[in-house]
Amino acid sequence: MSILELSGVEKSFGAVQVLHGVDLKVSSGEVVGLVGDNGAGKSTLMKTITGVYSIDRGNVVFDGRDVTDSEPGERRDFGIEMIYQDLALAPQQDVANNIFLGREPTKRLFGIFPSFVDKSRIDVEARQMLDRLGVHVPGIDIPVGMLSGGQQQTIAIARALTFRPKLVIMDEPTAALAVREVESVLKLIRQMKEDGIATILISHRLNDIFESCGRIVVLRRGNVIADVNRNETDMSEVVSYIVGAHG
Amino acid sequence: MLKFLERTHIRVESLAVLAGLVVIMALFSPTTGSGVRVFLTANNFFNIILATATFGILAIGATFVISAAGIDLSLGSVLGLASVTGAALVVTLEWPWYFAIVGALGAGAAAGAVNGFIVTRGRVPAFIVTLGMLGIARGLALIISSGRGIYGLPDEVLFLGQARPWGVPTPVFILAAVALVSHYILAHTPFGHHTLALGDNESAARATGVNVRRQRMLLYTISGLMAGFAGLIFTARVNTGDPTAGLNYELLAITAAIIGGTNLFGGRGSILGTMIGALIMGVLQNGLNLMAVQAYYQQMAIGAVLIAAVWLDQVRSRGRQSH
Repeated sequence: MSILELSGVEKSFGAVQVLHGVDLKVSSGEVVGLVGDNGAGKSTLMKTITGVYSIDRGNVVFDGRDVTDSEPGERRDFGIEMIYQDLALAPQQDVANNIFLGREPTKRLFGIFPSFVDKSRIDVEARQMLDRLGVHVPGIDIPVGMLSGGQQQTIAIARALTFRPKLVIMDEPTAALAVREVESVLKLIRQMKEDGIATILISHRLNDIFESCGRIVVLRRGNVIADVNRNETDMSEVVSYIVGAHG
Repeated sequence: MLKFLERTHIRVESLAVLAGLVVIMALFSPTTGSGVRVFLTANNFFNIILATATFGILAIGATFVISAAGIDLSLGSVLGLASVTGAALVVTLEWPWYFAIVGALGAGAAAGAVNGFIVTRGRVPAFIVTLGMLGIARGLALIISSGRGIYGLPDEVLFLGQARPWGVPTPVFILAAVALVSHYILAHTPFGHHTLALGDNESAARATGVNVRRQRMLLYTISGLMAGFAGLIFTARVNTGDPTAGLNYELLAITAAIIGGTNLFGGRGSILGTMIGALIMGVLQNGLNLMAVQAYYQQMAIGAVLIAAVWLDQVRSRGRQSH
């Protein structure tokens, strides 16, 4: 059963139509690679899934529920997480606070004052999450901005996974990373697959796509022009789809 | 101790500066008849805190807004508007005494809400909106009061500025209470966490579900509310709704916040640090007064402190990035 189902999604910005009726299905535990040239509409498509953009026509069904008109916050509560290319981390706040940013657990201070952020719980749970993912950082109480790019990327992923999402969208998670750091991110993606999380991976690095994804979807000028099984295609075919030399 | 300072973002340097200033003033201020340094008398201590209370509360407002990468230049003018509004309701219109409180806090919060509304809805830079409000609020204060002070407030109001329960001036209690509540909000609530995150990386805050617009709106309203508190204390202290009250106080407030460790570009801020900063400004002013330094030079000194504090911060953050 598919966890996410897009049908006939159209989106225009002013006079420019970016998505021309996109259909896409993703199942639980499936890793789908989304590729396409710059301006093909990949990021726009993902933002229609997270709800950052509302769509002009079509439907978005998630986990059996029509979420076409739901706010980004609601969709996140339903289990859609996105990891942004620019990481969306707050550099001066510490690692633990970043993981819980926007969803801080609270308690009552001395049983009276409400909404007291439970910092010790944040620290403990952030630590557990990072340990479970096998992520190593110098400390959870240091500002995220002091970490390397790869470490920041794993923190962003850890944040997405902390609240048990059903679908994770990753926008170019490996673009800015060193080779060794790429491997640890791909390892995290494999782990997510084992946990039954559906993943959409956007990447320009076809190596990463072929290593992680079971299915590859090619977007060109706002249309899905190929939706192929990883084992039934090869890199040169995918490239020819991307550049429009195929079909 | 160091751990505590780190957690609360209080700078060791600012504590050192405060201690240094106190030593200098203790050594060089004139002596009283009995040979004690004036600076060290209990009376002078209260003078410092009384003066600090007014712009210290303003500095709390500045800390909230600046932590979120905003700015509020209208603080001093809104203080004046709040002072006049409260006094006009009670003295001119002869409404019950507590309208001095309602009026001052209401006028402050309303001016702040207008700032917040235009910043968030109109997408006008906060610098421009609050600079405009600096002129508008001061003008409005002068219009309401016909340019003259409104004298003669009831005793209940004066209590808030002139009484000394247990020997301690009332404004000190008000400052302490406002500072504690503000510290709680900024350091320990989701609202505070979101404020710092918003100042740190707005798109990150938005992506993690923070309602950035609502957050900003509330922050400017809080800032205005603080100006209202300060205006109320000012009115009660001098028994006057004064349209020129708080002139140039934004300079003191922003400086206190910055030397207290608030990052001018957002993402870091601490109310306790700001209180240290406000005390530094208070001691500096007081000491210069005691040494009979002209007020004109004091303005220069405060301006120089602000520039030096930001300069130092820039040097530090450049050092941080390089390794």
